[in-house]
Amino acid sequence: MSALPQNPVGLAISTLLARDEQTILNDWLKAMSEGTRRADLIKESDLRSQCAQFLKLLRQASETGGTNFKAPAWGPVREMLAEVSRSRALQGFSPLDTATFVFSFKRPLFARFQQEYKGQPDALAAEMWAATELLDDMGLYTTEVYQKSREEVIGRQQEELLELSTPVVKLWDGIVALPLIGTLDSARTQVVMESLLQAIVQTNSRVAIIDITGVPTVDTVVAQHLLKTVTAARLMGADCIISGVRPQIAQTIVHLGINLLEVATKATLAAAFSTAMQRLGLQVVRETPKG
Amino acid sequence: MEKIPILRMGRFLLVTIQVDMHDRLALALQDDLTQMISDTEARGVLIDISSLEIVDSFIGRMLGNIAAMSRVLDAETVVVGMQPAVAITLVELGMSLAGVRTALNVDAGMELLKSAVNGNKQGYGASLQ
Amino acid sequence: MALLSSETLPIRAEIDVVTARRRVRDLAAHLGFSLVDQTKVVTAASELARNTIIHGGGGLMVAETLNGPRTGLRLTFEDNGPGIPDIELALRDGFTTGSGLGLGLGGAKRLASEFQIASRVGQGTKVTITRWKWRE
Repeated sequence: MSALPQNPVGLAISTLLARDEQTILNDWLKAMSEGTRRADLIKESDLRSQCAQFLKLLRQASETGGTNFKAPAWGPVREMLAEVSRSRALQGFSPLDTATFVFSFKRPLFARFQQEYKGQPDALAAEMWAATELLDDMGLYTTEVYQKSREEVIGRQQEELLELSTPVVKLWDGIVALPLIGTLDSARTQVVMESLLQAIVQTNSRVAIIDITGVPTVDTVVAQHLLKTVTAARLMGADCIISGVRPQIAQTIVHLGINLLEVATKATLAAAFSTAMQRLGLQVVRETPKG
Repeated sequence: MEKIPILRMGRFLLVTIQVDMHDRLALALQDDLTQMISDTEARGVLIDISSLEIVDSFIGRMLGNIAAMSRVLDAETVVVGMQPAVAITLVELGMSLAGVRTALNVDAGMELLKSAVNGNKQGYGASLQ
Repeated sequence: MALLSSETLPIRAEIDVVTARRRVRDLAAHLGFSLVDQTKVVTAASELARNTIIHGGGGLMVAETLNGPRTGLRLTFEDNGPGIPDIELALRDGFTTGSGLGLGLGGAKRLASEFQIASRVGQGTKVTITRWKWRE
């Protein structure tokens, strides 16, 4: 067995891979299967080709780039790892599963080092030290990319959830209604405003009915949020009518001295709809029976 | 310095703001508009801001000033087409532009202006009660 | 890997307010901010840039794009002007030493996810706002 080069540190990796790539690949896959393999999320064949690709890029990079992961020679490896992390994040792997891709490589690699450097403790230590630093940098990098991807996925999911919970309904040409259900906190108010205003533009509605039957309590905070929504709609050129004002809420409003300005308030959605029709100069007429 | 063009449509003046306005341009518009209202004895002003992506406190104040000054010159002002993102931001800034009439678009704005000029001067805000 | 980019713009003349707005808009759009969030951060920048000129006698804006763990945009407005003697008062809506509405500082704070201000009379003022990409 030819002696592995000792200088520069790191060239050992590329030499090992050049010589034993297939067996190292198999050992690596075996090490991974002993951990959390997630066979449900990725096929054996796909995993194998990912690993093979990684080893090929690893060999090329370590030939010239030493073991400094930040060096430009490691660019292709960074890109590949980023791709792996991103797809793992989207597929639903845990962060540990994703980091395992890199960390599980230590076992077959260090086993090889121990064989090659038998009787040379200093050389063994140096190689293992350099390799550990390199693989740790890689593992951390995959975790960073993974987290970034998850942040995007979760952020988008949260947006969609919030939007789904504020449906705006077109009641008539020029009239939209927004039934609010649940508490109206700051975050929800933002979504409510966006959904309502977007609907106003899209349907060209001059009247928006905000029904608060499903809002449990109306205190000064909720009233302020409602006022913000009403003001924003008004700035765009649409008037709001607040419906579903129960007697208790009316009491609270007066009690707290909340000033709803000139916002029309109605007890029922039906009453609000009637008012809205009037505002638009529309009438509902009963058909006279024929014959 | 470029100026924002003011179009004349009968007894009304029409302004379409499409550029990213710096303060001096906004002040110039204020001046030009009041001058023109006076010169043409205009009864109404329609300001189309549907292309304005940013309305900060300075521009908001300009709109309020224009509405107030026009009123003194016996003309009504309607601001139309405010984008949703702009409306949300203005509200957060703390501006309600209470003295400014608004409408969804130019058509609705003209309707509002004509009606207002014909004597219907009830309150401010969006549609007619 | 947290700081993606950093750039400095002079805020000396009125036209710089427009330049700052455009640059902030580009950065926010590039980070994938929603339209509403873009509008908020650009408007806040407009307010603070104007303050820098009118009250601070001119200064600069530093724009940093943040990439991890959270994605966001951080803007710092700095001047060597007279400083603000009473910051709490200055943050109150309606308070102004100029001819404006006094909504600039408090408004910018409301439009931002995070807001920091440091000021010393006779030395200058530094305002930093951060807008995160996703709802908190």
